[in-house]
Amino acid sequence: MKPTLLDELRKGDRLALSRLLTQVERDTPSGRAALEELFPATGHAHKIGITGPPGSGKSTLVNALVYALRSLENDPKVAVVAVDPTSPFSGGAILGDRVRMLESQSDPKVFIRSMASRGALGGLAERTAAVTQVFDAAGYDFVIIETVGAGQSEVDIVRLAHTTIVVDIPGTGDDIQSIKAGILEIADILVVNKSDHPGADATLRNLSTMVAMGQRRQYSATKHGPSLSTPKAETEAEPAWYVPVLKTIAAEKTGIERLADAILRHGAYLRESGMWEQKEAAALRETIIKMLASTLLKNWRARIPDEELEAILAKVSARNISPQEAVERLLAL
Amino acid sequence: MTEHKIRVLIAKPGLDGHDRGAKVIARALRDDGMEVIYTGLRQTPEMIAEAALQEDVDVVGISILSGAHNALIPQVIEKLRANGQEDVFLFLGGIIPQDDIPALLAGGVRKVYGPGTNTAQVCTDIREAFAERIEA
Ligand SMILES: Nc1nc2c(ncn2[C@@H]2O[C@H](COP(=O)(O)OP(=O)(O)OP(=O)(O)O)[C@@H](O)[C@H]2O)c(=O)[nH]1
Ligand SMILES: [Mg+2]
Repeated sequence: MKPTLLDELRKGDRLALSRLLTQVERDTPSGRAALEELFPATGHAHKIGITGPPGSGKSTLVNALVYALRSLENDPKVAVVAVDPTSPFSGGAILGDRVRMLESQSDPKVFIRSMASRGALGGLAERTAAVTQVFDAAGYDFVIIETVGAGQSEVDIVRLAHTTIVVDIPGTGDDIQSIKAGILEIADILVVNKSDHPGADATLRNLSTMVAMGQRRQYSATKHGPSLSTPKAETEAEPAWYVPVLKTIAAEKTGIERLADAILRHGAYLRESGMWEQKEAAALRETIIKMLASTLLKNWRARIPDEELEAILAKVSARNISPQEAVERLLAL
Repeated sequence: MTEHKIRVLIAKPGLDGHDRGAKVIARALRDDGMEVIYTGLRQTPEMIAEAALQEDVDVVGISILSGAHNALIPQVIEKLRANGQEDVFLFLGGIIPQDDIPALLAGGVRKVYGPGTNTAQVCTDIREAFAERIEA
């Protein structure tokens, strides 16, 4: 309920931005009102997701990437949202990603924000998308999102980010790469970080082979049976985006320019192919459906007396009626 | 609307490369249900204030062993104020001579904890200060 907040934000007031991020993360009425006001100003930022196993160097890579993006000629503003897990026991969290990003934080065109996952499982927090929107509206050209390092298939980041980067590290012996095949499929760019460690070339070759196989599969799938998610422009042509597999040493900023370049090329590819708008539209649909579901539930719950709900639930517990029947009765109330 | 988690920044300024105390307090606060942003070793007052600003923390905890508190802490306070964050709950932990404590408290430090402080006490103090603020 502070109408001046948004004006301050647009003037580049960092305290106002920071406080707004808190309101949005907490989903307070003023946070909601601000998001509503900001919405028309969103849709410009290039959202970049970074995921991969714990300790693979994601935060260090983000730091290096911020540096590379900040060196671009058009002098872009860069935001980082770094998500770490909430302890399921205490509800508290230690957010440690910042330790690796200290070099970037004092640049006035960089803003780094840590978030606890607060029980969400997909590698992001429930409010990460909303927080990203604030940065977008505040004029940040890039928003980099570091996920919880789970190393499993993380669909949430694919929904949120335009470009998803999967980070792996050199394996040893038989265990050529530590990430699971499932996570490869979400990568727009693959990075073998810590390539100062032995085995980097073997891991690179192995990942490249797996990516090529995956891409051929996708390509034939688009040729032989149009799927709903297939963009029109691609049904006839060859896949226009070949997932690059890049070696980096994040701790030494080696290989980072090529990574930044791949990100920019991917952004251009999305825009030219029309997939940028498609991704945005899909993400908005998802948001609206989720909101709709929770609003319907809340409204429904508000008009159902507790006793009636409890009575029906008790019947299910006593095995008098099935859950399905309970739902039907509840909806009929 | 979700519960307001208390957000805490834990920082370790100075050149001595020892952050066990900082990590112990970070873990204790997490186990008490707070969200702790840990920024590691060798933080300058500028870095501490900048992280506090970007993270919109309610609390800043500084672990200090180097004896440089009389020089560093007033700078931290000055920078927090300059950023508009004069209301953060600032506490110190570590080795701080008794004689220096009154001046630190007068300067805006809310609590000073010596070695061997029970971490539960720190959690309680923060929660109490915070309850006050919510009522205010
Ligand atoms: N040798 C080597 N070490 C690296 C490299 N990049 C990062 N590291 C180190 O790897 C460790 C973990 O790095 P982080 O950046 O914290 O990794 P992370 O993936 O963000 O970790 P989580 O967020 O905990 O999952 C740190 O000690 C880094 O210094 C690299 O390219 N080579
Ligand atoms: Mg990290």
